[in-house]
Amino acid sequence: MRDVLTVCCYCGCGCGLYLHVRDDRVVGSSPSRNHPVSRNNLCVRGWNAHGFIHDAGRLTEPLVRRNGRLRPATWDEALQITADALARVVHEHGPDAVGVVASAKCTNEENYLLQKFARAVLGTNNIDHCARL
Amino acid sequence: MTNSINEIEQAQVILVSGSNTTRTHPQVARRFYRAVDRGAKLIVIDPRRTRLARHAHIHLRIRPGTDIALLNGMMRSIIDENLIDDLFIQMRTENYTTMRDMLFGIDLAQAAAITGVPEKTIRRAARIYAQAQRSVICYCLGVTQHIAGTGNVQSYANLAMLTGHVEQEFTGVDPLRGQNNVQGACDMGALPGVLPGYQSVFDDAVREKFARVWGVELPATPGLTLLDMTHEAGGGATGLPQAAPAIRALYVTGENPLLSEPSLNGVKKAFHQYDFLVVSDIFLSETARVADVVFPAASFAEKTGTITSSERRVQLMRKAIEPVGDSRPDDWIVMELARRMGHAMDYTSPAEVMEEICMVTPIYGGMYHDRLDREWGVQWPCGGRNMEGTQYLHKYSFARGRGRFEPAAHVEPAEVPDSDYPFALITGRFYFQYHTGTMTRRTPILERESGQPLLEMHPDDGRRLGLRPGSVVTVASRRGRSRFVVELTDRVAPGNLFTSFHFAEAPVNELTIDASDPVARCPEYKVCAVRLEEVEPC
Ligand code: SF4
Repeated sequence: MRDVLTVCCYCGCGCGLYLHVRDDRVVGSSPSRNHPVSRNNLCVRGWNAHGFIHDAGRLTEPLVRRNGRLRPATWDEALQITADALARVVHEHGPDAVGVVASAKCTNEENYLLQKFARAVLGTNNIDHCARL
Repeated sequence: MTNSINEIEQAQVILVSGSNTTRTHPQVARRFYRAVDRGAKLIVIDPRRTRLARHAHIHLRIRPGTDIALLNGMMRSIIDENLIDDLFIQMRTENYTTMRDMLFGIDLAQAAAITGVPEKTIRRAARIYAQAQRSVICYCLGVTQHIAGTGNVQSYANLAMLTGHVEQEFTGVDPLRGQNNVQGACDMGALPGVLPGYQSVFDDAVREKFARVWGVELPATPGLTLLDMTHEAGGGATGLPQAAPAIRALYVTGENPLLSEPSLNGVKKAFHQYDFLVVSDIFLSETARVADVVFPAASFAEKTGTITSSERRVQLMRKAIEPVGDSRPDDWIVMELARRMGHAMDYTSPAEVMEEICMVTPIYGGMYHDRLDREWGVQWPCGGRNMEGTQYLHKYSFARGRGRFEPAAHVEPAEVPDSDYPFALITGRFYFQYHTGTMTRRTPILERESGQPLLEMHPDDGRRLGLRPGSVVTVASRRGRSRFVVELTDRVAPGNLFTSFHFAEAPVNELTIDASDPVARCPEYKVCAVRLEEVEPC
């Protein structure tokens, strides 16, 4: 069993919590005692922060729509199809015909890369996320 | 937030607005209660009698969407009783005379009529807030999700400046952030108008700086907000800017606009018009189902990176396990896409991405991973590796020199109940669920506690309509319909209904209106007019 100190994935309070890992599965979570916000306390969502990680519904492979249905594909295919499609739209309709929706559930580093992708690679300021939600 | 969560414990008066804090921000609510235990007064502004409202010294139960009228009334009363902070206004603010002249036109009796709160109560709340040394305001989406959202926010700032309750420890104006990294996504420039650190894309010098680091010219054309990207691609029926160019391809990460965006029928139409939709998510969300390509993303336990909480605390999230199945973190996916589009982004780790962020984002100047790893995170602004973080903002001055009073006038919600649609529907969150439920609804304990799309209704209304707890009703607005299970409770006022957008089987956003605040483009989720159709008694 390993305990990994991390941050709760739910609300904006930013509680520090430990994820308990056994055999590469997260089996529990519990509060950090000294963290300035959680102070040995979590709400019910935090105590269950691990609950969805190994859900059977997790997406485990890329999907690509073929003949109207989503079918498993390799990363290489999925990425190449996407890169080609985005490049085609930029080429035909200009960069402002593409939009990127970043996420309040992604890390800062990921959001940084997403807005850089929109602005530097695609060439558009069409980048937003669910801040208003 | 301009303050830190722990500072709230020291406040003498806490004014909470539009936030069901005990449910949505339990740790903040815990500080409210601790402050009250120490003698603080609690004032709650909310159309619903939330648990916090029950414990408040004063509950200002306003009609939905009338914050501005209430606050103008409070401010008028503060001026009448000469409780303003002259010195602060003179030294630290501007535009006061315009504000004062506007307030002289405010009639408290009228404010009482608009808000439904008695004049005496407005005066009492104003007095308590103004007289204390350390008053803090916390507000949440109940304030911003209105067509007058910007005016609402400004009014709370006006109130705080009028009484000098800003710029100090333990007093300020604190917006609470809904999701774990909304703050960070904004800080990182995942917004159409700003680059990382709120540096304007319309500022030539800023664009030049980023162009030097990134090695490409940056676009100066204004970008579209989420609302504009997901409604009526190329059309203009919903009052969106006519000039908006049509979106032909959309790349969505970790969001579920097909459940969370207002006026869903319009969103669905827009999604059908896209030539190409790619979605990255951990589950097959409603949005992923209609995508052309779906990327399986790694969850928070499977990647390393930082997130920023409401109190501006940048913290390290640490990888606990390898990504489940063949899922990958979003940073890897973005880098792969960039490379294939001829634009290599060669970062070897999230820590290296952060080094670049530190370099180009002054407020994140010292957020290096190795440092965050040793501390409980650091609160921005933090200018450099050896500098301290910032516990509360505006310590010496407002970001833009003086704080500016921005008078705001009451605006009726875009849609108010009438004889055809007699109920006001308010939307929000429940305790055991979160957002569109992609994660919580798959967590058995949380789903067990709250697995039904409940519709809160006042017992009087229920009796009148012959409804009992558990009755199933169809609720209709001018835009769509959806089915809910009735819960009778006096948390809502008669004539109001409340439910949440957690439930895919009862998509409340079929009903909501996509009218939005003209400045912030924040949709008016909080109120729309509905009626009950098809009642199935249980
Ligand atoms: S444990 Fe609860 S209060 Fe703490 S961050 Fe998570 S959801 Fe928020």
